[in-house]
Amino acid sequence: MNSIDELIKRMISGDRRALGKIITLMENDSSSSAYIIPQIHNLTGKAHILGITGPPGSGKSSIVDKLIAYYRNDGLKVGVIAIDPTSPFTGGAILGDRIRMKQHYTDKDVFIRSMATRGNLGGLSEATGNTIKALDAFGKDVIIIETVGAGQVEVDIVRVADTVVVVSVPSMGDSVQTLKAGIMEIGDIFAVNKADLEGVEKCIMEIRMMLELSEKKGDWSPPIIKTFGNKDDGASDLYETIKNHHKYLIESGHHEKKRIIRGKTELINIIQNLFTNNLYNTISEKEIEELAKKIANREKDPYKIIEELIPRLKILFEVL
Amino acid sequence: MPERKLRILIAKPGLDGHDRGAKVVARALRDAGMEVIYTGLRQTPESIVETALQEDVDVIGLSILSGAHKHLFKKVIDLLKKEGAEDIPIFGGGIIPEDDMPYLKDIGVKKIFGPGTSTEDIVTYINGMTNK
Repeated sequence: MNSIDELIKRMISGDRRALGKIITLMENDSSSSAYIIPQIHNLTGKAHILGITGPPGSGKSSIVDKLIAYYRNDGLKVGVIAIDPTSPFTGGAILGDRIRMKQHYTDKDVFIRSMATRGNLGGLSEATGNTIKALDAFGKDVIIIETVGAGQVEVDIVRVADTVVVVSVPSMGDSVQTLKAGIMEIGDIFAVNKADLEGVEKCIMEIRMMLELSEKKGDWSPPIIKTFGNKDDGASDLYETIKNHHKYLIESGHHEKKRIIRGKTELINIIQNLFTNNLYNTISEKEIEELAKKIANREKDPYKIIEELIPRLKILFEVL
Repeated sequence: MPERKLRILIAKPGLDGHDRGAKVVARALRDAGMEVIYTGLRQTPESIVETALQEDVDVIGLSILSGAHKHLFKKVIDLLKKEGAEDIPIFGGGIIPEDDMPYLKDIGVKKIFGPGTSTEDIVTYINGMTNK
């Protein structure tokens, strides 16, 4: 038995360190994912996947902290993936969302993993999907994903989560403006956080107006809940609403539909990644740069170059 | 494309009142391209070890100003052993008297950085210890 098999076995039997290591392996290299996922895929699909998104500083981590407490109170096991941005300049990252979740650090049934975006756009990291699977196979009943502070186009969460909560705050005045384009359309539930601040009613009204203008999501009309950071007021409403949405998904058959969409996204992502990785194996970074110079100097146009490359690019499909 | 990144836990056990030094180190490691899990003030040894397991860190850095370093380092190392994770190296920083160094080395602390250490030295050291 090789060391990865051993790790998978330990992970499935509940070893937290093995789970941590499996996630690292999948985060660092896609061939590990190709080895690990086939062995755990059958064990997944049971957990409720909850996405929490919203602008930086809106209080996502504090809300996650409260929700963990409610889930634990109901005896459910919780996995958390907290995503923070990677610096585009140095490649480093400070992962600090855990700070708000201190009270759960030593609860053995809460597993919190911080991840950096590592250049991925869309609010998640490339390995988020596989990390959800690892936590699911580990036996978590609910998996909460906190996205990076999101603006308008970081909407990938909708492709991995069953239920999406969009968090906004009244104090930003025009916060709804910053939300309206992409994010506004993905919320199953809206939480107006820091609702003791001035302007909360206006904020709620703006969200309501925007929802009325947008397309309906089946029979579910997204509720708007007031929350107050890490205070209990509001958090219990939010928790009940999340559970109602989960129930609605299952009873209406939407859950099944979402799963199929998710399968499709997964498939396309893997094919794209394989293709890109193989591309870089076939054509070196240096050669691509040389070709790029030719394009820049107007020696050749990009389509001409592709034409010349086609015999070599065909190999890519053979390796797939 | 996926790539390997060093993951470092920077934690402050005990009752220290501020975490300026720890934040400076965290920032420097970030600027050196590492992923730094930063957990803030007043961590218990239990929470530090649990975080190290969940986050699968390559190295743990503990910053201690309170004078309780002998006790706190020992506790963290004992707990790591209990979890079968004593292979995760630990370094330390803060106010730690010269006289205590041999004891800390003895229980398995890899390195102590005193006041005035340049952040560059810390980055170089971490890169060196993880390249083995």
